[in-house]
Amino acid sequence: MSHAVEVHRLTKSYGDVTAVHDVSFSIEANKIYGLLGRNGAGKTTLMKIITAQIFATYGEVKVFGEVPYENSHALSQICFIKESQKYPENFRIMDVLDVAASIFPNWDMEYAYTLIEDFELPLKRRMEKLSRGMLSSVGIIIGLASRAPLTIFDEPYLGLDAVARSLFYDRLIEDYGEHPRTIILSTHLIDEVSRFLEHVIVIDNGKILINEDNDVLRERAITVTGQTTKVESFTAGKDVIDRTPLGGFLSAHVMGELSTEDRKQSEELGLELTPVSLQQLIVHLTSAKTHKKEEEVQ
Amino acid sequence: MDSLIDDSRPIFVQIAERIEDDIIKGGLLEESQVPSTNQFASFYRINPATAAKGVNLLVDQGILYKKRGIGMFVAKGAHAKLMEKRKEQFFAQYVVKMIQEAEKLGITSEELTDMIKRGVKTK
Repeated sequence: MSHAVEVHRLTKSYGDVTAVHDVSFSIEANKIYGLLGRNGAGKTTLMKIITAQIFATYGEVKVFGEVPYENSHALSQICFIKESQKYPENFRIMDVLDVAASIFPNWDMEYAYTLIEDFELPLKRRMEKLSRGMLSSVGIIIGLASRAPLTIFDEPYLGLDAVARSLFYDRLIEDYGEHPRTIILSTHLIDEVSRFLEHVIVIDNGKILINEDNDVLRERAITVTGQTTKVESFTAGKDVIDRTPLGGFLSAHVMGELSTEDRKQSEELGLELTPVSLQQLIVHLTSAKTHKKEEEVQ
Repeated sequence: MDSLIDDSRPIFVQIAERIEDDIIKGGLLEESQVPSTNQFASFYRINPATAAKGVNLLVDQGILYKKRGIGMFVAKGAHAKLMEKRKEQFFAQYVVKMIQEAEKLGITSEELTDMIKRGVKTK
């Protein structure tokens, strides 16, 4: 399988602060990736290095097999839509689209104009007069119509309402189906996107915490609910990442796949098994780690 | 379309079941074309690869078959095959469970038979 991005032993330090710490991974071409993690985890730093906007302190990055720095061929393959993207204030939306058309080799102007109608944007209005949500919509339209072989959306929807976000997901899945390409989506709205991510990378404190196919990840954790004593005996010896007691009942999140034996036992004990959503899983894993670190410090 | 898919089981399994349901109910006739994986992906807002996995599950079972360059079609005999499979599932999911529950409550097999007859009548 060919790789869209290869990152090898990457580190980025800002003075005493290490934002990305010895990270290695690769991104397979033509898949939709989720790059997830808490604020300050290092996601944006990583995306800026991949797109050659900042330099790494150590390590190397390749995009479609080439080093992206000062490499116009490699950079023409990349479209990076940042959170709070800035545009020249006196440009009209249609001017911004013209500039985008000159940058991206696969740009589809007809598609861009269709999207402008879908998102109900005023083509002739100047960028300085647009609302925050409209600016985000412009970014999303550029990201989609660029049809760039590597398209990266970093929290693209500041100020966007649920209807516009929904429209973004629909158009993204549709257009990706017709024009497969590598897409990296970084967002905190995990529940909204979890069903169409094919692969998930979670970054925590500058390191990779999870790098796994979404289908596999869905089986990684399960919630066990039932009478406290029964849940306790069932989860003994298992990796419990979180427990929530309620009266005589207990709800516990357990890591690892359950065997057929486990499932049989849980049925006999009258326990209820429900899957843990991607969002819940990430919340538990990234907050549990913080707690552990705090303990280590003390 | 979110309500049609839930998170209790793998999504591709649910996609396969939705197609099976359509065949059983007659919405998808034998030798008719099945929507493309991209159409499934857009409709259920899932990854096209996940939709393809669900479709391929049914290809492996001989329920669907591929016409090169055109798409996926419902195989001849798919309806009968699925009815057979669902009856087996019905037995495992409902009949066996019902008998277990009846035993717990001390219901004899005659009482159980009467109950089923009564249920059919009042339907």
